Amino acid sequence: MASIAVPKQGGYSRPLILEWITTVDHKKLGILYLYTSLFFFAVGGVLALLVRTQLAVADNNFVDNHVYNQIFTMHASAMLFLFIIPIWAGFGNYLVPLQIGALDMAFPRINALSFWLFPPAGLIMFAGFLVKDGAAQAGWTAYSPLAKTLGTGMDLWIIAVAILGISSTIGAANFLVTMFRMRAPGMTMFRMPIFCWTMLVTSVLQLLATPVLASALAMLFIDRNFGGNFFDPNGGGNAVLWQNVFWFYSHPAVYIMILPGMGIISEILPVFSRKPLFGYKAFIFATMGIGGLGFSVWAHHMFTTGAVLKPWFGFMTGLIGVPTGVKMFNWLGTLWRGQISFEAPMLFALGFVSMFLIGGINGAFAAAVPVDFAIHDTYFVVAHIHYVLFGGSVFAVFGGLYYWFPKIWGRKLNERLGQLHFALMFIGFNLTFFPMHLLGLDGMPRRIATYNDFNNWQALNMLSTGGAFLISLSMIPFIAAVVMAFMRPKDQPNDPWEANTLEWATTSPPPVHNFDEIPEIHSERPLFDLRHGTHSGH
Amino acid sequence: MAAHGATATQHKEPMSNGMLGFILFIASEVMFFGGLFAAYFIARADSPQWPPTDVLEQMKVAGTAAQSAELKLEVALPLIATCILVLSSFTVQWAVMQIQKGNRTGLVWGLFISIALGLTFLTMQLYDYSQLPFSSGDTVWATAFYTLTGFHGAHVAGGAIFMSVCLVRAMGGQFSAEHHEAVEAASFYWHFVDVVWIALFTTLYIVG
Repeated sequence: MASIAVPKQGGYSRPLILEWITTVDHKKLGILYLYTSLFFFAVGGVLALLVRTQLAVADNNFVDNHVYNQIFTMHASAMLFLFIIPIWAGFGNYLVPLQIGALDMAFPRINALSFWLFPPAGLIMFAGFLVKDGAAQAGWTAYSPLAKTLGTGMDLWIIAVAILGISSTIGAANFLVTMFRMRAPGMTMFRMPIFCWTMLVTSVLQLLATPVLASALAMLFIDRNFGGNFFDPNGGGNAVLWQNVFWFYSHPAVYIMILPGMGIISEILPVFSRKPLFGYKAFIFATMGIGGLGFSVWAHHMFTTGAVLKPWFGFMTGLIGVPTGVKMFNWLGTLWRGQISFEAPMLFALGFVSMFLIGGINGAFAAAVPVDFAIHDTYFVVAHIHYVLFGGSVFAVFGGLYYWFPKIWGRKLNERLGQLHFALMFIGFNLTFFPMHLLGLDGMPRRIATYNDFNNWQALNMLSTGGAFLISLSMIPFIAAVVMAFMRPKDQPNDPWEANTLEWATTSPPPVHNFDEIPEIHSERPLFDLRHGTHSGH
Repeated sequence: MAAHGATATQHKEPMSNGMLGFILFIASEVMFFGGLFAAYFIARADSPQWPPTDVLEQMKVAGTAAQSAELKLEVALPLIATCILVLSSFTVQWAVMQIQKGNRTGLVWGLFISIALGLTFLTMQLYDYSQLPFSSGDTVWATAFYTLTGFHGAHVAGGAIFMSVCLVRAMGGQFSAEHHEAVEAASFYWHFVDVVWIALFTTLYIVG
């Protein structure tokens, strides 16, 4: 019988492993990103528990200085470079094409390359534990000249971070072209979902800031391996230079780590308040404002070096609180007189709003130059970063997982377990990190392996350690909910939450080609229009 | 913003996704060199002398620099190399103009000459390296010199490889007046590499 090339119904089957390794489908790559970054979240979490175990009591010798330096460095590096930044790429990969009504990302193969650079980079970074002198020990900030003196683990760290930088730079270009060029008819820029807008600004930051980190890493590598003198005062170099170039990347990077989280909760809050997002355009301009101002505040990490223009950077840091405050009003205005229902995604979103508020306010404290001199390099700073990146970003990650789980996997996570997960995590989080404010104000320095029981520090540290174990306990209901969900059939309708954005117009999970039919888009809430037969303008 | 671009130049085809992505990639490369340049200028602003001969003398006393080391650059050979690289920007643009008219033979010759000029530049740079009286560890000035010119040289090599791929494809009968995006992308990259060199030459050899 003559064969005619007709696409087989349901596609051609391949071994499952081969299918996942060679896939260029944005949805599969998104899922791979999610799995891989959640794996590194678990690894980073175990390292955090080791840190907290060591610090539970004064004068502890659970681990020695040498090991302690490795575990706190690798905890932060894993959480920032291997969890938070890539998991946004995971959500972005899965959702951006669906939310703008595209078939896939603009460059599917480059998308696969972006992902496949990520797991090897993680392995390279953790391979540091196998070499002489162990893994990197200079903190995730890798300050020089300390970083110049350490063993091979530091080189592995540099190489890993550089590879991750390439991954996120080309990923960022991919997201930008996708959003500029692949939008469905009617999906104007100012009808794009907020999550897409936050990914857009994040991508601009990644595209322009990550290469500067690459240049800093190149200089550090040259200093370490080719006798360079960039950061070595003995050769006319400048130790503060590293801090300048590093923070020029790493301050925008903290917005890279939080903006998509803001986007996620801005998708969740309107759905569970049964209202449109209050001030859609204001939110977009505030996001752009944060992105732009993000490039002008890096030296607030360096006030105590005395080598930076303190009034300027203090002022600019205060200024960046303005667009952030605008967003706070966007969220509160959305909740105001809404018909709020407290499903798990909403709980995590509300957790974000409240905890990020604390993180923002203690951040504003830290940005005031005189206050900073008192709290620099104390546990206050550790409290601040965790209120922003855990209370903010991690809560948004779980909110996003509960919210989009029906879309991605076609099943709903158990509501009761989700609420239990949230309650344990919320309490555990505050138990862990709130005492750190007090420790910091009391002058307890960060990045030390042990301490004396001065001023009752041990009691506060014990509280903090207990909280950390409570957080890890909170993962049990989450994992149970995931396991239970996967034991059930895929039963979710297209739009289980009665949501607003385009990804809910297709089946759960979506077909390979994403949409059989794209509804007409008249506003930034096409699904609302579809349900109610009206369109709200714009 | 894409829409504005389209209305302003309605007579032209809108830029393809690939080209837009490539320009964004070049933007990231600009930031990479921006970081290195910033490091150079910070080190320069921070040193009482530039080049820091005082530091070199201290390093000689400490035994961390060779006694024969000197922080000195000869401008003659790099100036010729600069002219060659600038010339190659014109030849690659000529190649693009030829394929826009459908002249594939012109494209092949244009690319061939541009690659040859690029490789000549690299050879001259390597020869210059072999003649320099300082090594990468002889003060931050020397480190910055080798880092900046070295990364630039690597980009010249990358651009030459990109153009060589285009050359092989052109010789195999690919590209036409309508379809020659890779050639344009290669030319963009080559111009970028050229501009970086002009900035580098000005910074290192003229401003000092």
